[in-house]
Amino acid sequence: MLARRFGDFATAEDAVQEALLAAATQWPAEGLPDNPRGWLVQVAYRRMIELVRGEAARRDREDRAARRGGDDRRTAPAADEPLTADRDDTLVLLFLCCHPTLSTPSAIALTLRAVGGLSTAEIARAFLVPEATMAQRISRAKQRIRSSGLPFRMPAEDERQARLAAVLHVLYLIFTEGHTASLGDDLRRVDLSEEAIRLTRAMHALLPDDSEVAGLLALMLLTEARAAARTGASGELISLAEQDRSRWDAAAIAEGTALVTRAMARGPVGPYQLQAAIAALHDEAPTAERTDWPQILALYGVLDRLTGSPVVSLNRAVATAMVHGPAAGLAALEALAADPRLTEHHRLDAARAHLHEMAGDRDAAARHYRAAAGRTTSRPEHDYLLMRAARLASGG
Amino acid sequence: MKYMLLMQFSAAGTDFPSIDTWTPEEIRAHIGFMGDVNAKLVADGEFVQGEGLGGPQQARIVRAGENGAPVVTEGPFAETKEFLAGWWIVDCETPQRAVEIAAHISTAPGPGGRPLNMPIEVHPVMSAPPQEL
Repeated sequence: MLARRFGDFATAEDAVQEALLAAATQWPAEGLPDNPRGWLVQVAYRRMIELVRGEAARRDREDRAARRGGDDRRTAPAADEPLTADRDDTLVLLFLCCHPTLSTPSAIALTLRAVGGLSTAEIARAFLVPEATMAQRISRAKQRIRSSGLPFRMPAEDERQARLAAVLHVLYLIFTEGHTASLGDDLRRVDLSEEAIRLTRAMHALLPDDSEVAGLLALMLLTEARAAARTGASGELISLAEQDRSRWDAAAIAEGTALVTRAMARGPVGPYQLQAAIAALHDEAPTAERTDWPQILALYGVLDRLTGSPVVSLNRAVATAMVHGPAAGLAALEALAADPRLTEHHRLDAARAHLHEMAGDRDAAARHYRAAAGRTTSRPEHDYLLMRAARLASGG
Repeated sequence: MKYMLLMQFSAAGTDFPSIDTWTPEEIRAHIGFMGDVNAKLVADGEFVQGEGLGGPQQARIVRAGENGAPVVTEGPFAETKEFLAGWWIVDCETPQRAVEIAAHISTAPGPGGRPLNMPIEVHPVMSAPPQEL
């Protein structure tokens, strides 16, 4: 809200931080004000004016005055003024943090800091980098927003969809980053997957009619529902087929399934809804054998046409094998192998290995599992693939 | 993506004299360059870790002997003439960027202020999130 009134994101954020600090010291002693939110806004507002005035003394006043506009912006709102603009402001902030001019790591860091409200130290710890490095990443992102002169307002209708896609992509990356194995300090790290779900839930509340926002939230819930079963006692990966399904989170599955069902009925259907629908079919299967693979294959077909993503084509080939047998799947994979985006990708070899194993060709399967292990940059995946190869080689 | 950059020297593959034969100005320029590299990596939000390592005289090789007791020998350097002089871990957006940083480090000045063009190994750190399999 402050950022919107003043058009200055970085200073507004500092002002809000100081208001929160004031609240933390005053409220315990003096008791909670009647309207805590209004109180915070008012304190932040006064601080913002001080900051802006101090700034203006140093900088070119005329330039600022020209951009600032009417006098009403210098009047603090009453503490009990209803904050009708809140909803839009959160959205505008998200659009700004995920702006395409920012690099992806910067967009992620800024979103967690400015929208998620995490401290720089928490974000640094979550990504296992020093706090000074993360602080630089955030301040450079703010600098970039400032120097590019991006206005603090809702993107125009014609670019809204593209900008929304960028926001959803950033939220999705935060979610998957949460699956990174860390070196024994889980308790001190923020759970990025939970954080991504929280942010996407907030976004869904702001845009309840957007089917892709609902689809992304559903995808996250339906994936996170399997989290407890995904790794074993020593952190090793357990494949979907071998997971203990009784450990899946039934409430999350029910919520995710209901969300994606409603979203797809309303449409328009997009990639996140399709991926969520596929996740729902996996989650609803009582056993791996009873998975509705024909339905999954059909959904991958639509997703493939919609995205043209090579990784989707790869998953489609695996689904083909589950419906029409490993030979059909392997033939589909060979057709993909020439794609330069896939030739060096460990998942091509992992998929080949899996289908050769299905077909009973243990040597070829072991060879491809080893090749995939050599190419992945994920430690748990590497260990899993190597173990699969070793099991085949030793006749296990 | 995180990458480890190793400043690995081998007597066979290195065509500049050892740093203990350089002039004070040459040494100062080299150290100043490395300081700038680190400051720039922090400023760009890419620095994770980095240290210089003690020379081969200080390095030891340890193997477990009988009952796991350590058996310590001097470095392997007598045989291979290779040693690790320092390392960085950087967190950058693309593999190309890691290569770019390594190439810049490689230009660190040596005798006469000329770039050493020393070899820098670039290794991806296994830090990517796993996919569901």
